[in-house]
Amino acid sequence: MFERLLFEAPDFFTYYNVIFLLEAAARTLGMTLIGCTVGFIAGLLIAVLRQSVNPWTLPLRVIAIAYVETFRRIPFLVIIFIVLYAIQPLMENASLLTIATIAICLVSTAFLSEIVRAGLESVPKQQIEGARTLNFGAARTLWYVVLPQAWRVILPPAIAFAVMFIKDTSLASHIGVVELTFSGKMFVNRGFSPLLGFGAVLVLYFLLSYPLSRLGTYLEKRLDPSRRS
Amino acid sequence: MTHLDVRDLACSYGSEKILKGVTLSAEKGEVVSLIGPSGSGKSTLLRALVGLTLPSAGEVRVAGKAVDYSSRKSVRELRSQLAIVFQQYNLFQNMTVMRNVTIAPITIKKRPKAEVEALAAELLARVGMEAKHDAYPEELSGGQQQRVAIARALALQPEILLLDEVTSALDPERVNEVLDTIRRLTDEGITMLLVSHEMSFVREVSTRVVMMDDGKVVETGTPSQIFDSPTHERTRDFVGMILKH
Ligand SMILES: Nc1ncnc2c1ncn2[C@@H]1O[C@H](COP(=O)(O)OP(=O)(O)O)[C@@H](O)[C@H]1O
Ligand SMILES: [Mg+2]
Repeated sequence: MFERLLFEAPDFFTYYNVIFLLEAAARTLGMTLIGCTVGFIAGLLIAVLRQSVNPWTLPLRVIAIAYVETFRRIPFLVIIFIVLYAIQPLMENASLLTIATIAICLVSTAFLSEIVRAGLESVPKQQIEGARTLNFGAARTLWYVVLPQAWRVILPPAIAFAVMFIKDTSLASHIGVVELTFSGKMFVNRGFSPLLGFGAVLVLYFLLSYPLSRLGTYLEKRLDPSRRS
Repeated sequence: MTHLDVRDLACSYGSEKILKGVTLSAEKGEVVSLIGPSGSGKSTLLRALVGLTLPSAGEVRVAGKAVDYSSRKSVRELRSQLAIVFQQYNLFQNMTVMRNVTIAPITIKKRPKAEVEALAAELLARVGMEAKHDAYPEELSGGQQQRVAIARALALQPEILLLDEVTSALDPERVNEVLDTIRRLTDEGITMLLVSHEMSFVREVSTRVVMMDDGKVVETGTPSQIFDSPTHERTRDFVGMILKH
């Protein structure tokens, strides 16, 4: 079997195939990055909104809670199909990649808003009251006092989520987005040994997620106050 | 004119009435101490005064002007005249000592950075924290943190300072350094409303003592009236019990 891999390798690692694989990896990475960035920003907005006690924001808060609680409970694949069938009539020429990315953002927002919320809630309320009595408004309290302290509670699970999410984007292959997993399938369909096709895919997944995990460990150490000199 | 005038202030948490009409006042430069058993509503009163807990009835006047706690503008104005130091967890954990003291004057009051830092250095020296400008709160003892918290409150140049049991979370050997800091402030003409269980300290620095129980003022008087010849039995019991320890 090993011989067969060696025998196939020259045909597999052609210029065209390598580019094809890298493009697929770029789609996986791109969907993850966009998903996590949009998810983080939107998740932060939702988490902040949910902390509000202003009666005027009540309808928005109800919608936000319903959204978060629903989207965290539906399987990701189902969301991808729902977005596919909901978006296609609205935007006829939306690409499959766009559709998958929208689905990804919807899911990551729901999950990341919970991670951010836990972080915001970890800040002792005395810190917030202290800021209030010094005449900090809500935005300044968030920016100068709450977020800097919530950060180290938010970051580890947020990075862990991103690392998980790299893998979850493989579900986009079900609607035909040529990301890493789908590219592996295509090589197998073209007659390459599955070990070779998916082996290459495995290595690329690892190369995408390992540096991210390391970045997480590094940031965690840097943000840990007890190691700050 | 009466500097701080509190009339029939009432406060509830949910359906539970915590303050049942508190009336007290402080003239400019006075040091008024609040004493009373735990749970009598002393902290709630101070929190209500700075607008952290909304009063349900009553009136608060600062230098003759009534405070409208439902108006942001009025509360903002109030807080620029009145500073509070809590029992603990005061300082922003993510900022150095210097930043803790300077952030509000610089970012909220928009005063020049150099000027604020000079003032902060002076205040930190006054509370004996001049060697710790770059330390983070967690690197300080509780007593040191409280002294920085007092410097931070003073950096806004408040006219009235509220102190809520600022020494009660401290190790006994740290209490005096904070009391010394407060004692020096009383000579500077700042109006103070302080909650404390340090009875000898209260007796020494106060111009007036207010005894609270069960959300009400039981009796008000000079330190010697309250400690030597209390008229109410509740005060006598409380003072007697505390002084025995
Ligand atoms: N956040 C709160 N929610 C409900 N009850 C509270 C809250 N804070 C204080 N209380 C109650 O209010 C009463 C007065 O508390 P407090 O003002 O802290 O008293 P003191 O400072 O004199 O010890 C107590 O019975 C306490 O249980
Ligand atoms: Mg108290």
